[in-house]
Amino acid sequence: MTAPDYPGLDTLALHAGAQPDPATGARATPIYQTASFCFPDSDYAASLFNIERAGHVYSRLSNPTNAVLEERIAALEGGVGAIATASGQAALHLAIITLMGAGSHIVASAALYGGSHNLLAYTLPRFGIETTFVDPRDPQAFANAIQDNTRLVFGETLGNPSLDVLNIPAIAEVAHAAGLPLMVDSTTTTPYLIKPFELGADIIQHSATKFLSGHGIVIGGLLVDSGQFDWEASGKFPTLSEPYAGFHNLIFTEEFGPSAMIQRARKEGLRDFGACMAPTSAFHILQGIETLSVRMARHVENTRAITAFLLEQEQVTRVGYPELDGHPDQALAAELLPNGCGAVFSFDLAGGRAAGIAFVDALSVFSHLANIGDAKSLVIHPASTTHHRMDAAALAAGGIGEGTIRLSIGLEDPKDLKADLKQGLRAAGKAAGGGR
Amino acid sequence: MRIEVHGQPVYCYTNSRDIDASKPSIVFIHGSGMDHIVWTLAARHFARHGNNVISVDLPGHGRSEGMPLSTVEEMANWIVGVLDTLKIDQAALVGHSLGSLISLECAASHSPRVRAIALVGTTTPMPVSDAILNAAESNDHAAFDMLTQWGFSKRHQFGGNRNSGIWMIGNTLRLYEQSGPGVLFHDMRACNEYIAGTEQAAKISCPTLLILGAEDRLTPVRSTRALQEAISSPIVEVLPEAGHTIMVEAPNAMLDALHRVL
Repeated sequence: MTAPDYPGLDTLALHAGAQPDPATGARATPIYQTASFCFPDSDYAASLFNIERAGHVYSRLSNPTNAVLEERIAALEGGVGAIATASGQAALHLAIITLMGAGSHIVASAALYGGSHNLLAYTLPRFGIETTFVDPRDPQAFANAIQDNTRLVFGETLGNPSLDVLNIPAIAEVAHAAGLPLMVDSTTTTPYLIKPFELGADIIQHSATKFLSGHGIVIGGLLVDSGQFDWEASGKFPTLSEPYAGFHNLIFTEEFGPSAMIQRARKEGLRDFGACMAPTSAFHILQGIETLSVRMARHVENTRAITAFLLEQEQVTRVGYPELDGHPDQALAAELLPNGCGAVFSFDLAGGRAAGIAFVDALSVFSHLANIGDAKSLVIHPASTTHHRMDAAALAAGGIGEGTIRLSIGLEDPKDLKADLKQGLRAAGKAAGGGR
Repeated sequence: MRIEVHGQPVYCYTNSRDIDASKPSIVFIHGSGMDHIVWTLAARHFARHGNNVISVDLPGHGRSEGMPLSTVEEMANWIVGVLDTLKIDQAALVGHSLGSLISLECAASHSPRVRAIALVGTTTPMPVSDAILNAAESNDHAAFDMLTQWGFSKRHQFGGNRNSGIWMIGNTLRLYEQSGPGVLFHDMRACNEYIAGTEQAAKISCPTLLILGAEDRLTPVRSTRALQEAISSPIVEVLPEAGHTIMVEAPNAMLDALHRVL
């Protein structure tokens, strides 16, 4: 007799967390669009407030639609639990404020999404939390930056904008040796491409707005707890291992064991900061996750086709995708991301800023906007948009050239994407003085 | 709360309260490879309702030191040791799976110390398959996988936790993974070798509640007939949407059922 197999990723993406609606039998997860929930009697109400029963009180704290999404992403990532938040930024903030307070310190990859970088570099210092940014390709740099007051190590599975592949096993080892958890932002990879918990990460953050949804119609975030980090043994996390006056001296590690972190995040962070997800958003994200594998496979297939196409173009001086020769993380990508390195990458155009602007303006299938991970292909010229305040030297320091273009490859027919890109290249050539 | 039982430092959860001699006491006993965490909701509930709650970590489990005990009889004696240490004359016992056998044995062999028992996910005898025993003996992760998957009803293989945000399969698996080497094997062997359960059940004189999962695949309802017949006037609650992991699959229904004897 052997153990039955656990359900596979595709099956979990469709079913995890969901049961036919007990009230109506509805097969799709209903949108429970309600702020609050009736109590059958006073003792039942008291038992919900005191964490004695399972159930819902108020949709800032929990909601049945959100609960399905939370259980689904926890299942897909192989964690113990999750919280749906108002945005990916809210998920990052929720993790940080659950684990630390003023006087604490974070070691983070220098190659982060701009919003995350802003939070860590400019906003959190006002609240007494400092961050040291290090080279994501250098595990020793993470080790060297850890201080006595460090409480978190953080990076992105694929760094921004150069797609630095985070060496999760090596950096997890560094973090764990110092009694610290490793948190990764897996927005661009999703559980289809990488399972960070299996590689040693302890906490995962998603912007669910991106590939998990695919449709680009909602803002949402997810925070997932592996349940593997020993908060008590570390001795550095009193929010989890010491009595919490805000909840009748509840000690989260004592009462919830492996789910201590995610429970505290809900009982305190979601309660007090209130960055919850709207149930309708959870519903939309669930619809996206149902087709995650199908979409991600096509995203990667199209991305490979487009990168190959771009490599053949004279005006393209660099294509930065970890699977390609010349990318510094090619070997690591093959090891950690065998199913592909996502669908967001950048390339450099000859002709500088003028060429970049002309290229973007000439595209019609690609949408010019500041997002990634849509089923539709997206484009942006960082030097004239997201990084427009930087001069050439500052851009270069961030790995961005004046002719750098970022693409998020969607699910269209690749021949149409290539035709559109050719259109852009012609316009870029004219702008650069090539006359083509 | 850290206490000493038979000279061994051990831990029991008491909802951060001291034992109050004027209150009734309830001892919660976890199943194989688990610890007090499985009883958090129920223990909090009955603490608020004016009881001393003592949710134990059996020796070698959770936060308790020592080697795991080998037989259900030894574990029952150990529970009496907990009562002695805490100066509790009589308590109600609530046990899940292995914990239910310990509760049963306590009620039969130490009847003056037990005022009621609630047996959750139980049966007698409680044979364990060679596949699980062999895997547990070799500390093979497959033992955790088998117990996790078969421990939940088929309907809950995909979750559907009423406790928001917790992936019930993952959380249960993680609890097993945190047990020490050999702990699960000791527990499963104790279940397998406790063959006197039905005979002992006939000696029970206190109110006895059986809480069974209608979709339990490890201790199916049909296997409890002999136990039900052996106990004098048992109260039997069969929870319709639960497998063996009743505390997780039907926490509210279990709580309501427990009120019948607590």
